[in-house]
Amino acid sequence: MTVTPSVPAAPERERVLVALSGGVDSAVAAALLAEAGHDVTGVHLRLADTDPQVVGQGCCGLDDAQDARRTAQVLGIDFHVWDLRDVFRREVQEPFAVGYAAGTTPNPCVTCNEKVKVGAVLRRALQLGFDAVATGHHARIDPAVPSLRRAVDRRKDQSYVLHVHGPDELARLRTPVGDMTKDEVRAFAADRDLRVAGKPDSYDVCFIPDGDTAGYLADELPEVPGEIVDVDGTVLGTHDGAWRFTVGQRRGLGLDHHEPRFVVDVDAEAARVTVGPRAALATSWLTLDDVVWHAGDVPTGDVLVQIRAHGRPHLGQVVVRDDVVRIEVDEPFHGVAIGQSCVVYDRDDDRVLAGGRIARAARPLLPVA
Amino acid sequence: MLAALHADHGGNPAAGHQFGRQTRTTLEDARERIAGALGRSPHEVVVTSGGTEADQLGVVGTVRAAVAAGRGRHVVCSTVEHPAVSDAVRWLAAEHGVEVTWVDPQGIAPVAPTDIAAAIRDDTVLVALTGADGEVGVAQHSDEVAAVCASRGVPLHSDVVQRTATLLPPPTGSLAVTGHKLGAPVGIGAAVLPRDVPVQPLVPGPGQERGLRSGTPPTALALALATVLELAVAEREEHTARSRTLTTRLADGLVDLDGVRPTVAPDAPHRLATHLHLQLDGVDGEALALALDDAGVAVSTGTACMTGSAAPSPVLAAYGIEADAVLRCSVGRDTTAEEIDTAAERIVDVVTTLRSRGGGFL
Repeated sequence: MTVTPSVPAAPERERVLVALSGGVDSAVAAALLAEAGHDVTGVHLRLADTDPQVVGQGCCGLDDAQDARRTAQVLGIDFHVWDLRDVFRREVQEPFAVGYAAGTTPNPCVTCNEKVKVGAVLRRALQLGFDAVATGHHARIDPAVPSLRRAVDRRKDQSYVLHVHGPDELARLRTPVGDMTKDEVRAFAADRDLRVAGKPDSYDVCFIPDGDTAGYLADELPEVPGEIVDVDGTVLGTHDGAWRFTVGQRRGLGLDHHEPRFVVDVDAEAARVTVGPRAALATSWLTLDDVVWHAGDVPTGDVLVQIRAHGRPHLGQVVVRDDVVRIEVDEPFHGVAIGQSCVVYDRDDDRVLAGGRIARAARPLLPVA
Repeated sequence: MLAALHADHGGNPAAGHQFGRQTRTTLEDARERIAGALGRSPHEVVVTSGGTEADQLGVVGTVRAAVAAGRGRHVVCSTVEHPAVSDAVRWLAAEHGVEVTWVDPQGIAPVAPTDIAAAIRDDTVLVALTGADGEVGVAQHSDEVAAVCASRGVPLHSDVVQRTATLLPPPTGSLAVTGHKLGAPVGIGAAVLPRDVPVQPLVPGPGQERGLRSGTPPTALALALATVLELAVAEREEHTARSRTLTTRLADGLVDLDGVRPTVAPDAPHRLATHLHLQLDGVDGEALALALDDAGVAVSTGTACMTGSAAPSPVLAAYGIEADAVLRCSVGRDTTAEEIDTAAERIVDVVTTLRSRGGGFL
């Protein structure tokens, strides 16, 4: 199998800082940029302060640091390690726990990109005289426009988590593997003798390598006992912390109910978790905070709306009234969690038009408080 | 050095045949030369893989033997030790219930011998005080502390890895030395373990090196260590004077740069001649490290053993150092005055540029 480098020869040589996670995508990103003639320096970011003896599926363990260093060696590029554990804890881990404590469902990967992986690193890189920062994200960026589009490999598309970066940052961000399928990325890495070619993908939240979010939060947050009630007001059970629940959750409720029950609302203040039938999750509109506009004006007409990293987009419209950004969808979503990101795409060409954090969502079947 | 690489003669120094005996002869020659260079007896020299293992023998080996014999379980340790020592002491505390009295330096200065004396108790089984830390480059009052320990009958362990090139080791107590700081290949060191202090081996095995360090001794590497140690001793005065001149020249070259100060005054008697530690304001340490590397200046922002880590070092904390960035500059045998001037110019350029862009803070 032959793989053609998808980064065209640079019209001008750029000084690029590549964030090497230790995975195959960022390794290939670095290789593509180096082969295209850019001046590439690798940096591995120490993010989560996890126990080095615990083998997880994250992106910042000891093995990952070694793999990142080895990648830089094989590619013959300079390599540094930046210890961002303090920043990561302050900007990602603590807000993650605080968000859950407030009854929302934060997306730590979005926050990490915004504040750390791209945000802080890009700021420092520019101060060090770099022209751009590159990552292994699967997304297509045209820095000249600047614009953000879905990756060629739809299953790996990460444009959703990059929506927080507005035009100024996109102009300085390079994601060269966005034009390749994951298979092509792996083949390219194997062809260059990069040992990460066959490394498994990371899926979990990197600072929770065992995947036990509730267990992690139990260490971070105090117990706040409360009731689990049905949409009709019937008390069905108790819990020791509303932060254990996420809207849309079905498993682990510990309820004995004759019909399937889903979490439809988490009221942290009252420590009350409301459950109901799937129909109670239906949401036809939601509002957004911290909106980043990618296309200048508010998009008009039909757009595609996505509320999960790999969720199916729904057709909808963007309505701005009294400074409130409201997204209406033709077909309702089920299980819209406050705190997650909502990204609006062009319906024809995969372009990200806007994105923001879900602040409110319609809950037609919930009793009015 | 090439001759050293052939010194094993294909024979095991423990074997009785003629090749083995030949190798054993080379090993014992090397041991005598190592001992001679350190001013000790060959019977005290145990060949190790490097400084860290030598520290384990001197600290863990000594304390475990004392605990096993019921002589006590209290250790006095400075807060400016290399992790090879401080972590060994912490391990002894966790695993063997050893009590530790940590002794701070008095500001950016050596640990006071009187503070060590005050910390020693009747059940103290070891005092650990580095000969000099490799980060800030403060040479300790090793001779005075050795005298204190001798008078109180308490064993002293000194990691002298950082000072072997410029200063004599203390005349008594156990020592840890390493070869690669002096030009030998990495992977060879020696522990000097006085015969009157019982030591337990770290790992079980057939019992080479008087039962203290099992495994076939690396004769060729031991010969390399002997060679570089003798060279270091022969050139010590000249090397020390030259290093002091060069590091002072570097400090002078940075005098006009605001917000940069030597941690130890260049003319301070306790400054390790080979080291110049700098504190900088207005620039981030990690960003500065990358920018200097890019400019071709090889310095370190932490201890080299913690490459890339910008976590605040325990040694810096012990000296009470808080700065936006620190730089550890050290000179070697081949460093020239021209290189020092170039380094100073580039540090000024890099720091000035980085500051003008915001300092590289996160």
